[in-house]
Amino acid sequence: MTIETASQAAYLVAALLFILALAGLSRHESAKLGNTFGIAGMALALIATVALAIDDDLSGTGLALLLVATGIGATIGLYRAGKVEMTGMPELIALLHSFVGLAAVLVGWNGYLHVEADSDGAEAAALAGQDLLGIHSAEVFIGVFIGAVTFTGSIVAFLKLSARINSRPLTLPGKNLLNLGALAAFVLLTVWFVIDPQLWLLILVTAVALALGWHLVASIGGGDMPVVVSMLNSYSGWAAAASGFLLSNDLLIVTGALVGSSGAYLSYIMCKAMNRSFISVIAGGFGIEAGPSDDTDYGEHREIQADAVAKLLTSAQSVIITPGYGMAVAQAQYGVAELTRKLREKGVDVKFGIHPVAGRLPGHMNVLLAEAKVPYDVVLEMDEINDDFARTSVVLVIGANDTVNPSATEDPSSPIAGMPVLKVWEAAEVIIFKRSMASGYAGVQNPLFFRENSAMLFGDAKERVNDILRSF
Amino acid sequence: MIIGVLGESSPGERRVAATPATVGQLLKLGYEVVVEPGAGRQASFADEAYAEAGATIGDPYEADVVFTINPPEPARLDRLKAGATLVGVFSPRLNEELVQEFARRPITVLSMDAVPRISRAQSLDVLSSMANIAGYRAVVEAAHAFGRFFTGQVTAAGKVPPAKVLVAGVGVAGLAAIGAAGSLGAIVRATDPRPEVADQVRSLGGEYLAVQAADVEVSSTGYAKEMSDDYNERAARLYAEQCTDVDIIITTALIPGRPAPRLITERMVASMKSGSVIVDMAAANGGNVEGTVAGEVVTTANGVTIIGYTDLAGRLPAQASQLYGTNLVNLMKLMTPERDGRLVLDFEDVVQRSITVVRDGTLTWPPPPVSVSAAPKEQAPKEIAPAKASEKPKNRTLPVVGVSAALLFLLTALAPVALRGHLTVFALAIVIGYYVIGHVHHALHTPLMSVTNAISGIIVVGALLQLGHGGAAVTALSFAAILLASINVFGGFAVTRRMLAMFTRS
Repeated sequence: MTIETASQAAYLVAALLFILALAGLSRHESAKLGNTFGIAGMALALIATVALAIDDDLSGTGLALLLVATGIGATIGLYRAGKVEMTGMPELIALLHSFVGLAAVLVGWNGYLHVEADSDGAEAAALAGQDLLGIHSAEVFIGVFIGAVTFTGSIVAFLKLSARINSRPLTLPGKNLLNLGALAAFVLLTVWFVIDPQLWLLILVTAVALALGWHLVASIGGGDMPVVVSMLNSYSGWAAAASGFLLSNDLLIVTGALVGSSGAYLSYIMCKAMNRSFISVIAGGFGIEAGPSDDTDYGEHREIQADAVAKLLTSAQSVIITPGYGMAVAQAQYGVAELTRKLREKGVDVKFGIHPVAGRLPGHMNVLLAEAKVPYDVVLEMDEINDDFARTSVVLVIGANDTVNPSATEDPSSPIAGMPVLKVWEAAEVIIFKRSMASGYAGVQNPLFFRENSAMLFGDAKERVNDILRSF
Repeated sequence: MIIGVLGESSPGERRVAATPATVGQLLKLGYEVVVEPGAGRQASFADEAYAEAGATIGDPYEADVVFTINPPEPARLDRLKAGATLVGVFSPRLNEELVQEFARRPITVLSMDAVPRISRAQSLDVLSSMANIAGYRAVVEAAHAFGRFFTGQVTAAGKVPPAKVLVAGVGVAGLAAIGAAGSLGAIVRATDPRPEVADQVRSLGGEYLAVQAADVEVSSTGYAKEMSDDYNERAARLYAEQCTDVDIIITTALIPGRPAPRLITERMVASMKSGSVIVDMAAANGGNVEGTVAGEVVTTANGVTIIGYTDLAGRLPAQASQLYGTNLVNLMKLMTPERDGRLVLDFEDVVQRSITVVRDGTLTWPPPPVSVSAAPKEQAPKEIAPAKASEKPKNRTLPVVGVSAALLFLLTALAPVALRGHLTVFALAIVIGYYVIGHVHHALHTPLMSVTNAISGIIVVGALLQLGHGGAAVTALSFAAILLASINVFGGFAVTRRMLAMFTRS
């Protein structure tokens, strides 16, 4: 057994541990174990790789550099992970995706510098001997392209999510043509590069990919961010897989493909939850054609005060809370959790109904509620809870709008028609926490607010929840 | 206007159409109320109590609106003044003669049992409110006639098995019976041709016995329909099996305007254990059980008691009067839009139209049919959605799979040997990734994403292998790549850990 074969074996075990990690994350009971599997797999892979590198005559300086880089990276990573607010989770994850993207670009460039730019070197000669030089060039390009798209795409997503730039979709004229053009240019440049590997081609393709990534995500509205983030997650996996091909490393290929396909599937789930095709989300612009231009008279909305809501809740038998992004923005999850606790103590049956695309990240609401110590077994997903609304005394809609809009099921001409929504209006009373009467992300008016059994509680969700708590 | 409350003249009727509590509500709507002396005595409401609530004790026949439960006999009808409105439960579907009798007089007649089953009219639905009481009472009557406990007990004197109760027909009465029998401790089973009631049965702690049949019926009127022969045959088999097992059967199967379906045959009754009790709540319409005598209790040769009371709701007179009275108050609320004590009959309103049997001496029965219940409402959105949804996967999956397979085939076939192994691993890993997260709990999407993000930091391996090979440029780039990927690896796992630690079960 040489270091070489031992490291191959370690890679296989690491790949299996990663599969177990993803499988473990499927259920609450095994989730922590899954994370541990992931850490174990990563540790194994790193140790094996370092051993391999040392075996491969890594100099003392090289080892020092390696340790320094890992040390700095680990410090930054652990610091950010420890500090991040749960409401800021989407931004953090988007930012982390960009790192993988950039790393893939760098690995690709290294591949070029290593082989193509050094055509007399040993590796180039070895590849040429196997007639793999052209393949290698193509792999460099693919890796750099995917990595660069992931990088800028994630950066834009991060900026939009952290509200550093406007989250409205950017609409350049002929945006679909621009995207397709970039793809076509990529294919042409790849062919050219395979025939004649020139540095300027690599620079050009990197620039094209960076621009494409930027434009792709910039033209997607903030409401579609859950899909975008999981899509970028998928891209970062493909970028890793592409690097794996480049370096002939099966561990990278397996892991990249795992992450890539699981991220793609997650995006698909999100898209289904919004009743849109994956392509149309990526092509951008959810809700831009849906200007609130209709003059329909929805009638009058009814306003309610916090103390009246408190009375209503105490006399209720069952309460369902449907949170949305507004709860995250107002940081109201602790108040909501406190409210839940008090109501449960009074014997009121409290449940949460979570729409799959509530928030800016798949599962965002669950994380926030978990942070505030709401037990996860009362937090149900849309399909589990949608039939219960008719038997519910009070529904509290906290910072959600489009996900509780009855027009999605009732008005075929609505821009969000066909999107599955939480049927809150079937409950006896619906209280909507809202800042004002403005429309939601989709820019669609919500007839729910004007229903007879609806009442609006205006103001900051956190303050209003605290008002209710005081009135008990 | 004046509302008059008649005393009930039918033999055995103990209910009354208004209670002191509902009188108060009627006064609030602007009416004056006159109660016939002694009207509420049998339901434990004294005349003084009515007077205290604000009613006058006197002659109700002079009133503009007259409340009753059962139809008054012709002699009493004659005493109503011209233009009066009579409100009660008249079963106009079954009682042709009575309808003609009404139509001969210059009065308006509203029959509360004709309220359509739409959600808006639920507060007026007398049949539901009476069925609820009757279902409860049926269990009480059964318990009274049954010689044993309902609940199972282990006592010093031995073990008592719990009683087994079968409820046939899960309408309002059936559900009330399931709830009452369950709370007495019995094991409750229930059957109904409509499979959608299974959840309601379970919610009350009962077990739903489904009849395995090809055709399931969703009636557009909210009531069960008559079933096909095949279904009836299978149902009969189910009942035959259950009869030998259960101690108590409560049948509630009614089809509006038709004789009650025969569910339990004489043979089935004969197969039951001695001491068993059957309460046939459909006795008034012919009975679900062979051998039922309406209004009587009979005991069969093998010791099975069959209770055929037709006045189960009336056996809880105070409760029944209160609920019926409230139904009438709700009707008055609907028909007094100005809250000024003036009754307005609005024929545009489907509820008011449906219950009107005679309007100012003109026959308006039968009313146009109203299609109601949850069934059509649920279907409407489905028609739009599946049309799109069901086509897409069918039309798309196959080509997509086909094209990807062809591409992969070409790629692998054309690829050099070294690449082939990698492609195999790649393709299989994609499939594993897809299946491994196929059943991810929705709440774990964020942790899943952060863990996959950490794992995709595996790209660090690539950078590690490149470090130290080649010139300064390669080393610098590798260094940066390792740094970035390490942020991912460590940050991703740490943040996942933090999140997972927060999830707690109650």
